Amino acid sequence: MSPVLYFLPWFLLLASSAHALEFNEVQAGKSTITFAYKQMNVPMEGKFTRFSARIAFDPERSNAAQARIEVDLASIDTGFSESDDEVAGKLWFNAKAFPAAQFVSYGVRVLGGNRYEALGKFSIKGKSMDVSAPFTFRQEGAVAVFDGSFTLKRLDYAIGEGIWSDLATVANEVQVKFHIVAASSPAKK
Amino acid sequence: MSPAIVRYTRTSIALHWLTALLVIVTFPLGVYMHGLALSPFKLQLVSYHKWVGVTIFLLTVARLTWRIGHAPPPLPDSIPVWQQRAAQGLHHILYALLLVIPVSGWLMSSAKGVPVVYLGLVQLPDLVGKDKALGDMLEEVHKVLNFGLLALVGMHVAAALKHHFLDKDTTLLRMLPFGKRDGS
Ligand code: HEM
Ligand code: HEM
Repeated sequence: MSPVLYFLPWFLLLASSAHALEFNEVQAGKSTITFAYKQMNVPMEGKFTRFSARIAFDPERSNAAQARIEVDLASIDTGFSESDDEVAGKLWFNAKAFPAAQFVSYGVRVLGGNRYEALGKFSIKGKSMDVSAPFTFRQEGAVAVFDGSFTLKRLDYAIGEGIWSDLATVANEVQVKFHIVAASSPAKK
Repeated sequence: MSPAIVRYTRTSIALHWLTALLVIVTFPLGVYMHGLALSPFKLQLVSYHKWVGVTIFLLTVARLTWRIGHAPPPLPDSIPVWQQRAAQGLHHILYALLLVIPVSGWLMSSAKGVPVVYLGLVQLPDLVGKDKALGDMLEEVHKVLNFGLLALVGMHVAAALKHHFLDKDTTLLRMLPFGKRDGS
């Protein structure tokens, strides 16, 4: 996406938002992106330690909400350095050629109560697909906490090719979970 | 005519040889998989190793429970008392290792953040939280205990063969599944 196209909606959004309650200052240190999958039917978990998230969410105007999350794939932490190296390699993320995964929202659905669903494009390893990620929104004092997840099928994105495409060892489903903490930015009031 | 041999119960004999077989399979499996580079094959082997290890633990619990009501048959009188005591002491240590080694493996798995799912079906609770340093330490403990087991089983087998071929007594026959049983 060209920078102009990318920044335009943000600009329009910011220009039009006179709301006091728009949460758009992500607190990276308090936010996490983790994932869960099964290996030999054993539930495993890991996380990404570097990512950037930009969101704009006003619960009263949730249909105008925006989110763009970019994950540095080389920052994967599976708990095993050998696995981290393997997963950054060609058969998995091929992180040299495709260093980042992205989620860019194009809509938010209200599910009721504090539950919403983010609709967007998820791209990784040069492949892009529509995903929908249900999430909850909680306001805790001055900050908002977004908790949600979506499940992808790794083979749809050719993650884990060759010997690793055997789904009996590492399952196809990978659940990506996000926990994003954001403050409302006073400068944009 | 030689006197009838008082053997171990069929249950004890079956459990002894089944355990021995599983130990003889899973020990080299442990060493082999440890040296492999990461691959689906390695992940499979590690799982199988854990399943066999947990099976050994369960068999040992069953065996010790059975043993409460079924004392081992007396050893031949020809064996000096100190040797009988030494053999018993060795057996107790072997039993202890057959319990402690699987538990050390289970603890290691928990500490490394990989729960144990027995046979891919039953998830065992994590005994400790994820802790890399502890996991590495337990890996070392698991290894040291295993090489202790290797040494003791070596002695155990050497003693059994010595009694059978050199002393020509009935020690080994008592543990063999074939041959005439006493009375029963
Ligand atoms: C009596 C049963 C067991 C025996 C005889 C046994 C034996 C061994 C041996 C010889 C090794 C290789 C050590 C080395 O060379 O570093 C090993 C590694 C290992 N064992 Fe066991 N084990 C048993 C039970 C278990 C159980 C129940 C578990 C887990 C639930 C387990 C988990 C592991 C793991 C994860 C390793 C690999 C460590 C690594 O390479 O990172 N073991 N075992
Ligand atoms: C990993 C392999 C093995 C383990 C862990 C093991 C363990 C044990 C244990 C715990 C006992 C004590 C039974 C009791 O009195 O409650 C025992 C008895 C015995 N085992 Fe093994 N064993 C192994 C392999 C072998 C092998 C290969 C042989 C034969 C060459 C053997 C021969 C015997 C004999 C003859 C007895 C009876 C000894 C006696 O009553 O004093 N074992 N074994």
